[in-house]
Amino acid sequence: MSFLELKNITKVYPNGTKAINETSLNIEYGEFMVFVGPSGCGKSTLLRMIAGLEDITEGEIDLDGKTINKIDPSERDVAMVFQNYALYPHMNVYKNLSYGLKNRGESKENIDNKVKEVAELLEIKEYLQRKPAQLSGGQRQRVAMGRAIVRNPKVFLFDEPLSNLDAKLRGQVRIEIKKLQQSMNVTSVFVTHDQVEAMTLGDRLAVINNGVIEQLGTPIEVYEKPASKFVGEFIGSPQMNFVNGAINNNNFESSSFKLNKDLNIDNASVVLGFRAEDLNLKEEGEISLTIDIIEKLGSDSIIYGRDKDGQSICYKESGNTKLEVGEIINISLDVDAVHIFDEKTGKRLN
Amino acid sequence: MNKRIVQFLSHTILILGVLLMVVPIWIAFASSTHENVTILKEGMQWGLGDQLVRNYNEVLNQKGGFSQEITATRMFINSFIMAFGIASIKVIISSMSAYAIVYFRFKLAVPLFWLIFITLLVPLEVRILPSYQVVSDLNLTNSYTGLILPLVASATATFFFRQFYKSVPDELLEAAKLDGANSWKFFIDFLVPLSKTMIAAMFIFMFVYGYSQYLWPLIMTTDEKYWTVVMGMKIIFQESYEGGNLPRVAERFAYIILSMIPPILVVVFLQRWFIKGLIQTEK
Repeated sequence: MSFLELKNITKVYPNGTKAINETSLNIEYGEFMVFVGPSGCGKSTLLRMIAGLEDITEGEIDLDGKTINKIDPSERDVAMVFQNYALYPHMNVYKNLSYGLKNRGESKENIDNKVKEVAELLEIKEYLQRKPAQLSGGQRQRVAMGRAIVRNPKVFLFDEPLSNLDAKLRGQVRIEIKKLQQSMNVTSVFVTHDQVEAMTLGDRLAVINNGVIEQLGTPIEVYEKPASKFVGEFIGSPQMNFVNGAINNNNFESSSFKLNKDLNIDNASVVLGFRAEDLNLKEEGEISLTIDIIEKLGSDSIIYGRDKDGQSICYKESGNTKLEVGEIINISLDVDAVHIFDEKTGKRLN
Repeated sequence: MNKRIVQFLSHTILILGVLLMVVPIWIAFASSTHENVTILKEGMQWGLGDQLVRNYNEVLNQKGGFSQEITATRMFINSFIMAFGIASIKVIISSMSAYAIVYFRFKLAVPLFWLIFITLLVPLEVRILPSYQVVSDLNLTNSYTGLILPLVASATATFFFRQFYKSVPDELLEAAKLDGANSWKFFIDFLVPLSKTMIAAMFIFMFVYGYSQYLWPLIMTTDEKYWTVVMGMKIIFQESYEGGNLPRVAERFAYIILSMIPPILVVVFLQRWFIKGLIQTEK
């Protein structure tokens, strides 16, 4: 049995909107699970149901062998870090950290020791007497983390905690969260719409769309073998290229090019997906591309162009490219790295 | 150059405003330090006289009223009790009812709120007869309860608290829930401290409202023990008109000056919280 089990969870809001549709998921002890998806996909709702802030319409959530559906949020032994931190504005940092412990009726020395310990760990010791308004964004973030850690919960829940930080700080805090989670070995669920955060933090990802988990797997599985067109599109930067076409006699054919590989799929209308890095510059390449825009990132160059049909395709080269806008190039596709999706259902076929 | 003129003009306007507020009070104060004869002969006074101690002593300690049972001091205490009771109970009741309306999404919360709001259209003066009937049926005439109770419901304060609570982010409630705060604790540990500047403001308004009540205490009290300051202004030191004595104008000025002190004290005392609320953004 897993540590945290979601069994056939459905959430229907009073106004009839179905936010989550019969979702099941098992999270192991100490695992870092990331819910990733576009806004409004239901990932936060799912997290809030685990926290107890949202009623469960149908289904069951078990934590550590106990059904927690009807248990009060404070007694579920979960801690949450909110997107805007939700620090208590009228209390200083010390009181912010100790409030939950005080409500549990712990002794004063006990609280004091725990708060000091966490403050030490997160390097916020100097700020204990300050109010949240007197802290910078990064410091507030730490206090919010501290408030979760100090309670020593069974599960950490993170609701997009990095989205209010600037890009540089976000990277730093991301690494810190990962380190902390590893050293404390606390089961964690992290909600984000940022695929970089999802890829770097998660032991496993749940890619959620329209209230359903589209794919569950390690970051690399999800990246290399997306289960649907949506997952392929959502994970990876630059975005996956898609070309419409059809399978004829086990071979892919679009109006502008043909793939010479036995795909072992029945004839159907399909969408071919391939990533920018799976393309190579080659004289005899099957796709010819007119370059529109070049983005030079230093380590890589990303080249955006159109094929003969006007289909936009993106190609990535390492280093600084010598290509120029307007040039027509031929590129070939790594046939082992293509993804074939059903045109109607979007499901992976190969 | 231009700047100078603007500065000069704005200062002039401000100073005029201050004078407009202060001069009548000064005249009242200055007049209260003279003898009655001086005021009756020469009109109101700009300068100080030599009767300050005597007049104020007279006002505070002389017994007045029809049966000579009430002193001004007693009336101040009555008014203070009444105003303080009205203001504090109003703040407590309206903050709690606003809490119920905003956070407990019970059925009819919205119509109930509007029902409360509509009572703004029916001030005490409009419903004074039925109110009197109720209070008298409850045997509350000539009591502090009777003075305070009919005035403690406040749609205005409920409305202001409701607006404030609505601006408190939901995440705060959720974080508090996870930290084990029940609904009572959330109110006491979060909403009350967050709204303390609001509470101070409401308290001041309601105190002044209660303090300046005239009609209700006038109807309510037949026993002079419960007379309030504003009633007294009309009644006290009036009896001398009917006798052959001079009207006691100086004492009445002294009385007016004294009657201003309690509200001023409340404002001065609570102003600290106001200013605190203005410099610290706590939300």
